[in-house]
Amino acid sequence: MAVVEVRDLTKHFGDVVAVDGVDLKSEEGEFLVLLGPSGCGKTTLLRMIAGLEQPTLGEIFLGGENVIGLPPRARRVAMVFQSYALYPHMTVAGNIAFPLKSQGIAPEERSKKVAWAASLFGIDHLLSRRPRQLSGGERQRVALARALVREPTVFLLDEPLSNLDAKLRAAARDDLMEFQRGIGTTAIYVTHDQVEAMGMGDRIAVMNRGKIRQLGTPEEVYHHPADTFVATFLGSPPMNMLETSDFLFGFRPEQLLPDSLDHENGDRAPFTFHVNRVEYLGSERYLYGHIREHDETKVIAMLPATVSLPVEADRDHKFSVARAQIRFFDRDSGLKIPPRELP
Amino acid sequence: MTWAGTDVAALRLRADRRRRWGRVGLYASAIGFALVAAFPFSWAVITMFKQSSDLYVKANNPFWFNEAPTLEHVKYLFNQTNYLTFLRNTVVVGLAVTAITLVLALPVAYALARLRLRWGERMGIAIFLVYLIPSTLLFIPMTRVVNNFGLQESLWALIIVYPTITIPISAWLLMGFFKGIPMDIEEQALVDGQSRIGAITRVVLPLMFPGIVAVVVFAFTLSATEFIYALSFNKSSAVKTIAIGVPTELIRGDVFFWQSLQAAVILFVVPVALIFNAFLDRFITGFTMGAVKG
Amino acid sequence: MTALAQDRRRYLTDHPGFLAGLFMSPAVLYILALVGFPFVLAIVYSFTDISTGNPQLDFVGWETFRRVIADPVFRQSLWNTFRFAVIANVLVVVFATALAEVLTRDFKGKWLVRFLILLPWVAPVSLATVTWLWTLDSIFSPVDWVLRQVGLITENMYWLGLPDLARTSVVAVQAWRVIPLAAVIVMAGLTAIPTEINDAVAVDGAGTWRRIFQVTIPLLAPIIAVAVLFGVILTISDMSVVYVLTRGGPTNSTQVLSTWAFIKGIEGGALGQGAAVALFLLPVLVGITAVVLRLARRREVM
Repeated sequence: MAVVEVRDLTKHFGDVVAVDGVDLKSEEGEFLVLLGPSGCGKTTLLRMIAGLEQPTLGEIFLGGENVIGLPPRARRVAMVFQSYALYPHMTVAGNIAFPLKSQGIAPEERSKKVAWAASLFGIDHLLSRRPRQLSGGERQRVALARALVREPTVFLLDEPLSNLDAKLRAAARDDLMEFQRGIGTTAIYVTHDQVEAMGMGDRIAVMNRGKIRQLGTPEEVYHHPADTFVATFLGSPPMNMLETSDFLFGFRPEQLLPDSLDHENGDRAPFTFHVNRVEYLGSERYLYGHIREHDETKVIAMLPATVSLPVEADRDHKFSVARAQIRFFDRDSGLKIPPRELP
Repeated sequence: MTWAGTDVAALRLRADRRRRWGRVGLYASAIGFALVAAFPFSWAVITMFKQSSDLYVKANNPFWFNEAPTLEHVKYLFNQTNYLTFLRNTVVVGLAVTAITLVLALPVAYALARLRLRWGERMGIAIFLVYLIPSTLLFIPMTRVVNNFGLQESLWALIIVYPTITIPISAWLLMGFFKGIPMDIEEQALVDGQSRIGAITRVVLPLMFPGIVAVVVFAFTLSATEFIYALSFNKSSAVKTIAIGVPTELIRGDVFFWQSLQAAVILFVVPVALIFNAFLDRFITGFTMGAVKG
Repeated sequence: MTALAQDRRRYLTDHPGFLAGLFMSPAVLYILALVGFPFVLAIVYSFTDISTGNPQLDFVGWETFRRVIADPVFRQSLWNTFRFAVIANVLVVVFATALAEVLTRDFKGKWLVRFLILLPWVAPVSLATVTWLWTLDSIFSPVDWVLRQVGLITENMYWLGLPDLARTSVVAVQAWRVIPLAAVIVMAGLTAIPTEINDAVAVDGAGTWRRIFQVTIPLLAPIIAVAVLFGVILTISDMSVVYVLTRGGPTNSTQVLSTWAFIKGIEGGALGQGAAVALFLLPVLVGITAVVLRLARRREVM
C-alpha cells in the first residue's frame, strides 16, 4: 500500500489551473522529488497533500485512507517550510515539543522524545535557545527535529535548502539525505533546483504547468526524457535541440565531442561545429557555437578537464555525437518519438 | 581662487553662513513650537502652587511666586473633590473597554487579514466608514437607548458604548499587525496538529503583543478623553470620568477653583505624557504598519 | 456513518467559511446594534417632535427641520463648523509639516522638545482646553499681562468674550491640539521619501523653504491627506473645545453644530431638534473629505 497516492488531483485558483489532473503514487521509504520551474504546481500539490489547500477535483490517499476534507492535523504528515517556520516565541525545545503537545502527549514522554530528536540532529546544546539566536543550518536542524518527533507517515519538504548559503547547501543536503535514509520514512521534496533533484531523489516527478511530464529515476529522466520540456529542464547547460523538417532531436553538451578523440562506439553522427567562444571553468570547458548543417542552430558543448585537446575559437571543428545518445521528439507535441534517420 | 568661473572661497563663506543660519532657524523653530505647545501647561503648573492672594491680583507678575508656593490647592483637590473617583472611574472604564474591544476586534481583524473572503476589501472599508460616523451625531439617540436600558448614571453606559469607537480603529490596526505575521508559522502549527483556532491562540496571538498594547493604549486614551457621551449619560459626580469631572465639578456656582482645576489637569497629563513619550517610537511603527499593510 | 465521516464533522471549525462567519458576526452585530440602529434613530427623530417632555415618536414631516433651519443660531453653527474646520486644518498642514521637518533633524535637547510637543495631543481634550480657559481668562490671563508689560495693549483682550477673538481662540486651540498628531503622521511620510531626492534638491541648490513647498509637500500629498482627514474628523466631530471655552458664546458666535445639538437636545430636551442639527454634520464631513481626497490626488506625485 502506497504511503501517499493522489488520483486525478486538480486545483483551480479562479481561472488559473495550478494542478491539472495529477496521478502520483509514492513508494515505501523513497525520497520523491517534485521538480519544476516556479508556477508549475509542485508546491500547490505538496500543500494539498498536507491539507493546507483543498483540491478542486480528485482524491488523496494517505496510507490507503481517503483524506479529502480532513484538515492537516488529522493527516499525520510532517512539513518543513522554506523559511523553517520556527515559532519565534518558543525555545528550541518548545518548538520541537509543539507537535507532541498538540497531540496531548504527557510531559515526561514529551521531553524524552524531544531529547531523542535533538540528539539525532546534534542540537542538544541548543535546546534552551530561541530561533533568532540560531544560524541558518541550526534552524534547519530544529525544523527537521520538529518534523521527526511525531514519527509521521510522510515528510513533506518545501524547498528547505534554498534559504541556505550556497556553501552550506551541499553539506545540508548530505545531512538531510543521511537522515532520511536512516529513518526510512517516505519523503516528498519540492525544489526548482534540478541539481538538487538529481542528487537527492530516488525518483523525480518533473512538473510543468500543473502536470507531471515524467516520473522516473534520475537516470531515466536525464537520459530518457519523455518530452522536450524534461529534456531541456534537466541538465545544466540544457540539452541542445535541433530541428529538421519532420522532427526535433537533441543531445547533451557533454555528448558533443571532437572527432579527433578516440571513441569507443563507432556509430557517431558527424556535425560541423563552429566554435564562437570558449569558457574555461577549471573543471570543464564550455564551447559556445553553432552547427553549420542545421541552420546555424546555437549549441553548447562541454569538454571535461581530462580532455586537454586545444580548441580554437572562430573556427569550424569536426565534432560528433554517438547515435545511441541522440534523442528524438515530435515537432508539435514535444513528446519523445522512436529514433529516426538524421538527414 | 576660481573654478569654472566661480569664486569658491566666497561660495564657501555663503554656505557656512547659510548653514549657521539654518541651525539658528532650526533651534528657533524647535523652541518656538515647544513654547507654544507647552505654554498653557507651564502656566497651569505655576498656577497650581500659587496662593490666592498672589494669583488673584491683576498687577502681579504671574510667572513669579510673589508669595511662597503652596500645596493647599493640591490637597484640596484630593480631599475635598471627587478627583480620585474620577481617576478610578476612568481606569475601570478603560479596562472594561479594552477587554470588550479585544474580544470583538481581534477575530474581525484576523478574518480580514487571513481568511480569503470575497468581501474582505469592502468589509475593511465599511469598518473604517463606521468610524467616521461621529459620536456628536449619535449621542442623542444613544442617550435615549441608554436611558431605555436603565444604564444612565452608571459606568456601564460608557462601557457598552465606547467600543463602538474603539472597535473599528482597533480592527484596522490589528489587521495590519496580523498581516505582519508570516503565514508559514500558522500553517506549520496546523500541520503540527493544531486546529485553526488552536493555531491562532498558541502561535499567532503571542506574536500580536505589540498590537494588543496598541489597543490597550487606544482604549484608555478614549476613556480619559471622550466627552460628549460621558456628558450626556452621566450627570452625577460619582460616575464621572476625568474628562468631564474636571471641567464640571471644580466650579461652585460662579467661583472657579482655578488652582485646583489646573492641578487636576497637570497631575493627570504629565505622568501620562511621560509614559507616552517613552513608547512613542513603538506607537509610530504600529501606526505605519497598519497604514502600509492595511 | 463511517468513522471518516464522523471525523469530518469534528473538523467543522477548521473550515474557513465557517470560521469567517464566527469571527466576524459578534463585531458586526455589535456595530449594527450600537451604531447602525442609533444612526437610523437619529434620522427618525429628526422627523418627529420628540422631546423629554413628550417622549412619543410623533411623525411631523419636515416641521422639525424647518424650525431648526429657521433659527439663525443654526445657520451660525453650520457656518462656524465649516470654517473652523477649514482654517484650523490649513494651519495644521503648514505647521505640522514644518514641525515634522524640525523633528527629523538632530539637535541638542530634542527629547525635551519632543516631550513638550506631545503634550497638547496626549492630554485629554477637555483638560487641555481647561488650561487654555485659564490662560485666556478675561482678567488674569498671563498673555494679556505680557502684552500689557510690553506696552502693546492697555486693556485686556477678552480672548473668549468678544465674538471675533473668541472664534480665533477656538480655531487656535483646535489647531494647537491637532498639530502634534499631524506632525507625527507627516514624519512617518518624510522618512519614506528616498534620501536621493533630498540630495538631488541640495545639489540643485534649492533653499529650505523652496524645498518644502515645491518638493516635500507634493511628494507627501497622500500622507498629508491622511493627516488632514484625521484633523478634519477631529475638529468637526469635537464639541469639548467649544463647550469648555465658551459654551458657544458670546451670544452664540462660536456655536458649532455639535455644541448646538447638545444644548438643544440634551440641555434643552428637544431631542428631535437636536438630532436634526447633528445630522448636518454628515454633509459637512463628507463634503470636506471629498475635497481633501480630490486635492490630494491632484497633487500626488508618487
